[in-house]
Amino acid sequence: MSLLFVIIGGFLGTICRYSVGEWLYTENGFPLATLSVNLIGCFILGWFLTFVNHRKTINPAYTFIFGTGFIGSFTTFSTFSVETIQLFLKGLYVTALVYVLSTMILGLLLTFLGSKVALLNRKRGDTV
Amino acid sequence: MIWLIGLGGSLGAALRFLFGSFISNRTKRMYPFPMGTWLINISGSFLLGIIANLHHSNQLSDWAWYFIGVGFCGAYTTFSTFGYETITLIYSNKIKIAILYVVSSFGLGVISAAIGFFFIPS
Repeated sequence: MSLLFVIIGGFLGTICRYSVGEWLYTENGFPLATLSVNLIGCFILGWFLTFVNHRKTINPAYTFIFGTGFIGSFTTFSTFSVETIQLFLKGLYVTALVYVLSTMILGLLLTFLGSKVALLNRKRGDTV
Repeated sequence: MIWLIGLGGSLGAALRFLFGSFISNRTKRMYPFPMGTWLINISGSFLLGIIANLHHSNQLSDWAWYFIGVGFCGAYTTFSTFGYETITLIYSNKIKIAILYVVSSFGLGVISAAIGFFFIPS
């Protein structure tokens, strides 16, 4: 059953990633679309999983459909890797470096911020 | 076409879930390194490198690129889980493992994409 939830979430998350990609297409070659989905996804998953971990009453189905399925498929690592190679191929070394570092640093920072937001809300009168 | 992307994505997510749980069930007790996501991101980067090269050289049709490349590989690999696992390691004071996880994921992810892109005969 959990597999079915992951499949449904994955279907929707992938389509959302593609739609954001169409919308955020840039002429200068910087992979803004992938960077954006990865950063947004990091913040949301950081918030979501921390929130879920502090509320044991939440149905695990939500984690499968929204966490593993939707956000897991909304964000991507393989596209990031291939885009980095393609920037190198075009000789855009500085852009490639900016892309790698911004994905790494901002991604981790936003995951951390997301989890902090979940912890803050917990202090304001949560059950656990 | 949006259905193809979604279908590829649901297959990728399913494989990530099955393979990821399989690996982490076998490695979690021995050491805290998130082996499942690590292997998934590296193998998915390698596969997308091959697919991108084939599409680039017109040996792969657009529909196959959307299905396997954008859909399957995109959803099979994940960045958000990688991020969450890293901060979980940091929260539990496993700083060295976190650094190893981040550096090796990025390094080997990009290198395996390059190997897929350049060295697989097409």
